[in-house]
Amino acid sequence: MANLPKTTSKGSAKTYDGLGIPLILPAWIIIGFFLVIPVAMMLVYSFLTKEFRGGVIWEFSIGAYDQFFFYRGLFGDSPPTIEWTYIGIFWRSIWQAGLATFFCLLIGFPTAWFIATRTGPNKTIWLFLITIPYWVNLLIRTISMKFLIRDNGPLNEFFLSLGLISEPLHIINTNFAVQLGLFYSYLPFMVLPIYAAVERYNFALSEAAADLYASQTVTLTQVILPTVKPGIIAGCILVFVPSLGAFLAPDLLGGAKNFMIGSLIEEQFKGAAGNWPFGAAASMILLSLVLIVLTFYARSQTKDQI
Amino acid sequence: MKKLIKLGVAALTLSMAANIASAEGKLSIYHWFEYIPQELLDKFSAQYGVEVTMDTFDSNEAMLASLKAGKMGSYDVAVPGDYMVEIMAGDGMLDTFTKAEMPNHGNIMDQWVNVGFDMGRKSSIPYQWGSTSFSVNRDDYKGDINTLAIVFDPPAELQGKINVLDSQGELLALASMYLGIPQCTTDRDQLKALNELLQNAKPHWASFGSDIAKDVLVSGDASVGMIWSGFSAKAREEGANVEYAFPKEGYVVWMDNVVLLKDAPNRDNALKFMNFLLEPENAAAVTNYAAYTAGVKGTEPHLSDAVANSPESNPPASPVGEFVQACSQEVQTVYDTIWTNLKK
Repeated sequence: MANLPKTTSKGSAKTYDGLGIPLILPAWIIIGFFLVIPVAMMLVYSFLTKEFRGGVIWEFSIGAYDQFFFYRGLFGDSPPTIEWTYIGIFWRSIWQAGLATFFCLLIGFPTAWFIATRTGPNKTIWLFLITIPYWVNLLIRTISMKFLIRDNGPLNEFFLSLGLISEPLHIINTNFAVQLGLFYSYLPFMVLPIYAAVERYNFALSEAAADLYASQTVTLTQVILPTVKPGIIAGCILVFVPSLGAFLAPDLLGGAKNFMIGSLIEEQFKGAAGNWPFGAAASMILLSLVLIVLTFYARSQTKDQI
Repeated sequence: MKKLIKLGVAALTLSMAANIASAEGKLSIYHWFEYIPQELLDKFSAQYGVEVTMDTFDSNEAMLASLKAGKMGSYDVAVPGDYMVEIMAGDGMLDTFTKAEMPNHGNIMDQWVNVGFDMGRKSSIPYQWGSTSFSVNRDDYKGDINTLAIVFDPPAELQGKINVLDSQGELLALASMYLGIPQCTTDRDQLKALNELLQNAKPHWASFGSDIAKDVLVSGDASVGMIWSGFSAKAREEGANVEYAFPKEGYVVWMDNVVLLKDAPNRDNALKFMNFLLEPENAAAVTNYAAYTAGVKGTEPHLSDAVANSPESNPPASPVGEFVQACSQEVQTVYDTIWTNLKK
């Protein structure tokens, strides 16, 4: 792969070296102000003592992390055992997000391939169609989905009228409904980066592979997938990370019966619990998980370039 | 297109001009969702030349969190429930007023003047009161509904068709009444029983949700919905064949109150607004909209028949409802654990 000669010359980006700082400065300021400072605040809060009914007392404490990992019974005075509740909630979120990523990839990759291989204005039209759902707010789309899948909703009525089912499918307020919502919400995030990668793919490589008697499967796994891998990984991250923190779909489609990471954290700040340090600690643990995933991505990227 | 832009600019200029004309003062309200008719806000705006802005919240706790997180000083009035008034007063978040500053103070019904959460009404006025219980779709269930067993130990035909409010305080209060134990109990066996009751009841519940409480009944997604009295009346108005229960084990009553917030940027307008809401006609306008009951004398002539005679607003003589209590930190910590267990 790496030994293939480049087919086109793009010139050098060095021409624009002098412009670097002014170009990046606005983004740095925004990220510094609205991301780094709040995250730093959360980090500090996670190590403070909780104030009853919300707020923090400025005293160092690891109580929040202790609460996350150790269970001391209903009354807090039994000998500590491992607390599975929060790990379970995190696991459920990771599982749902992972599943959504998998389904998005399954549907998104062929879609992206299809769009990238169209010619002329068709390509633009297909891309344009992909963006249409984004004209409507996510909340509205999630609520409409709820209307569609309810027990006496149009989907069930359609299946009933076809005689495919004899009684309504119970979809609403199940994990399946949450999955459906996540998958639907984030599908375009998978399609667009893969499209961008396939678009740059040099189809002469497929021809070369065929000339060397590679089967279609081999061409796909040995030539195409490695080439478009950065797009696939970017798409997976764009689906996985927001799914992990999603709370609209679990709330509206899942009936808010089980906490997901997002709703667990929300509850700490907005609920009767009012346990800000614990909410901050849970956010920090989530952030660490995401950072680990991204680190793996960055590593695999640098390896490709060697 | 050009025409459209011109039109837009004209409209914008006009609306800005209108704003300038009325901007003699401002009033910033922090209120529950779907709880005050826009016409009433417009009426206040016109009467006093005050520009009114309103943000909404969906639970007492969410309001408290938002105020604590730096919103104090940006709102003039808020509308906390009974126990939350006490909590906010305890945290020094409320300002006080004198009777001279509130000419309509005398309009407050006698039984709502000396209330536990604000004796003599020095920082709050009654807004509306009502109850929290549940409603049952009478097409789906014909049996006796005046027992909390419908929610906590439901008959087979109602299992999996129940929505409960996503509201820890009210749900745990009802559960305590069903078990016949006091609210905020410190007895360990009782707390364990409470935890167990909820664990066993949860598989029968379809969903947790407050803002959806009315819609799930109207759409038929749920046959039973834990709900506020006025919301149930509205569901009935919107065509759901629901009956509101006054369970024999007891039910929750609550009163929402307009409070004067500390560091209110427009204290004078806040007092005007509170005084305005104590006019029987205006209090009745809220009642007609929200279908609860006002705490103000003389609203009867202004009430619509449907609201005045609604079964939700006319509880039987017994049992009587109970206010939700604010628990001590020790008990609240256990309550939080029970709640997390319930939703894990």
